[in-house]
Amino acid sequence: MSKEIVKFGKSPVFFDSFTRRPGPVKTNMHYCPGCGHGILHKLLAEAIADRGIQEKVMLVAPVGCAVMAYYYFNCGCISVPHGRAPAVGTGIARVAPDKMVISYQGDGDLAAIGFNEFIQAANRGEKMSVFFVNNSNYGMTGGQMAPTTLPGQKTTTTPYGRNVEVDGYPMKVCELLNSLDVPVYIERCALTSTANIQKARKSIGKALDNLRDRKGFSFVELLCACPINLRKSAADMNKFIDEEMTKYYPLGCFRDRSAESESKPLPPPPIHDPETVRSLLYPKKLDIGVAHTFRNESKLFDRELRLKMAGFGGQGILSLGIMLANMAKLRNFNVSWLPSYGPEQRGGSANCSVIVSRNKIGSPIIDSSCDLLIAISQTALDKFKDEVVPGSVLIYDSSTMTLPPLPEGVIICGVNASEIALKLGNAKCANSVLLGALAAVLKKNNILEGGDKADFDKVFNEAVFESFSSKPEVIELNRLAFVEGEKAVNA
Amino acid sequence: MEYNNRVLLVGNEAAVYGALLAGCDSYFGYPITPASEVAQEAALLFPRLKRVFIQAESEIGAINMVIGASAMGKRAMTASSGLGISLKQEGVSYLAMYELPAVIADITRSGPGLGNIGPEQSDYFQLTKGGGHGGYHCPVFAPDSAQEMCDMTYAAFDIAEKYRTPVYIMADGVIGQIMETVTLPEPRPPRKDSPWSIAGKREDDGTPNYFTTLYLEHSELEQIRLRLEAKYKEIEKNEQRSVAYKLDDAELVLCAFGVSARVALRAVDVLRSQGVKAGLLRPQTVWPFPKDALRGTLKTAKAFLSVEMNCGQMIDDVKLAIDCSRPVHLVSRCSGNIPSVAEIVARAQEVMKEVTK
Repeated sequence: MSKEIVKFGKSPVFFDSFTRRPGPVKTNMHYCPGCGHGILHKLLAEAIADRGIQEKVMLVAPVGCAVMAYYYFNCGCISVPHGRAPAVGTGIARVAPDKMVISYQGDGDLAAIGFNEFIQAANRGEKMSVFFVNNSNYGMTGGQMAPTTLPGQKTTTTPYGRNVEVDGYPMKVCELLNSLDVPVYIERCALTSTANIQKARKSIGKALDNLRDRKGFSFVELLCACPINLRKSAADMNKFIDEEMTKYYPLGCFRDRSAESESKPLPPPPIHDPETVRSLLYPKKLDIGVAHTFRNESKLFDRELRLKMAGFGGQGILSLGIMLANMAKLRNFNVSWLPSYGPEQRGGSANCSVIVSRNKIGSPIIDSSCDLLIAISQTALDKFKDEVVPGSVLIYDSSTMTLPPLPEGVIICGVNASEIALKLGNAKCANSVLLGALAAVLKKNNILEGGDKADFDKVFNEAVFESFSSKPEVIELNRLAFVEGEKAVNA
Repeated sequence: MEYNNRVLLVGNEAAVYGALLAGCDSYFGYPITPASEVAQEAALLFPRLKRVFIQAESEIGAINMVIGASAMGKRAMTASSGLGISLKQEGVSYLAMYELPAVIADITRSGPGLGNIGPEQSDYFQLTKGGGHGGYHCPVFAPDSAQEMCDMTYAAFDIAEKYRTPVYIMADGVIGQIMETVTLPEPRPPRKDSPWSIAGKREDDGTPNYFTTLYLEHSELEQIRLRLEAKYKEIEKNEQRSVAYKLDDAELVLCAFGVSARVALRAVDVLRSQGVKAGLLRPQTVWPFPKDALRGTLKTAKAFLSVEMNCGQMIDDVKLAIDCSRPVHLVSRCSGNIPSVAEIVARAQEVMKEVTK
């Protein structure tokens, strides 16, 4: 392996020796003679060095001829999946806003397979600069048609020339990008004559200034030579770019808001201090609940309780389940709440299963017997009536539903929940009416024993307080509804 | 100020708490049922801690943003469901080859194609057998509760970093949607940026770090592949996790993960009450598959029953683990249906009749 070190006024952003390149050649780049990538690499490496930002630059290399950019650039670098450079760049820029992301992409990579990643990153105004090599074909894979191939141009996949009826017209990326609100700088240059290369040098510099100063998204398209795949001499290649390509891809600046764009400040650093994290994530301890040693005395609670609530979407049936789950949690039980609903957000059938247990909860699914069914639609009751067994409690809305035949020994309670709620002025508090009814049934039948009778009302109040702690009027309404539900059953 | 660390959370939300408490710096999401609550909760909570949340343009965009964040040495996460994970697989293959850590939650639904939004466990093959191109493995956690959604996501970041590999959380839609009491773990103290990030320097020659997956020299790539394989062997050796239930004298060993395992556990109790010596092995990691624990049951096991919500995928691993030395049967439901206790018990009784004949 040779160890040549070459210094011919190279930018310090290039390695002195390309030791990352496999094989014996460590002094040259892998690009073909006359290729535009070499020129762009040089301009970019010089512009980075001129600005003293080498330590900050994170270079994202595409799939295509520039896939091996990390052989040459002496800066942080990642070679990424085809077309995804702006998405990877987004990840880098967002978690490390003090770094400067350069996305280097070819025309297949950016304008075909990766156009979405590109245009979306641009539209988010990511703080990155994208350099786009347009050489009118897929270079690395052997000269196939690119989105940028000119009409009539022969490539290995357009052997008869690009037929616009079949393949469409060349993609004008600068023009497309210029329809977005947020990009700061958009320019198209050509790496042909010395004059054009000098213009490109300025554009690249401006894009890097914007990057350094956190101005926003900058984009420079460079019409580049690919003499090997286009089977042209260097002179013919430049002529093709200057005379043919520029017809579709006019050179010039499409947008330059660099001067008037303000530098965006760095976002605040992420919070990782455990005490602050705790204060921002953990709920504050409210003055409710019971000591962790508390156990409800009723025998009922010695086994796993399986509760089902069913109705149709929009009735609040899922919230009813959550309220019961909350009440159980506040009394040191383990709970699970599992919703089941159709694809409709409203009006379809909806039900949820709540399991309450002192031990780890087994199956969260109720597919046979349940201890409690609260059904507030006829369909729901008909669907789940077989899960009601002797000893189960059934609560239903008696104003709208009729009872199907049920086994003996079911404790049945009809309550006019929706009507009572409406009388109280808010249909939404029907859930609390139902829970009030449940309280009455459990007490009347001595399913709740001793102190648990009063505790049920207490834990309901605590759960309502926890759920609506910022809305005192809602708390009051629900407490009232609970009392009305209890009264209705006892009447 | 006093805080309450015992909360009611939906499984999908619990994963986000696990991630944040593990010190996750960034979340990149895309909406999909039944995983959307992960992105929604992340959108709510990541900014509260001044951490990064981005809704990506696509699943592909999201996984590539994860690549970028991880390459900077930061903890990164994304989540999706089956078909979205299919889209992410290109990026996961790259992550495996870069040897970059990442955590990916798959809240599985029914397939193939769009299937439906009901719970299924049919991503088992996709996640445990590589998934994308090129031959790699990712550790796959299979939580069975909201608590494990939190705990396993929390642990996944450490495993991902320890082995520098993407790690999956595979939870069926039920586990994603279920709300349960969760005890939150303690927040991780701030961690130093990883030395291998592209902001750092290489140990060998002091040049900036870089990541690539391209190795044009065959022998160089082969060396790297062998290194990866050695790492996978190491993970297989160290990271098998499972929970045993009544296995000590079990003649019939049920094997199930996720919500199927919770139904199977009840089935074991019913079978025991009917005089069948049944037990359950619940894999908490499905890759590495808990082979050692399963082999441990061979002392008493006469037959195995794989309970799955797909058309039979894990059953292959059960057979391999025990070298097909016992009959292995299947109870399977799919397309959003969940096997019932009665179905499992009935099949188990048939199997035992067959074995004891």
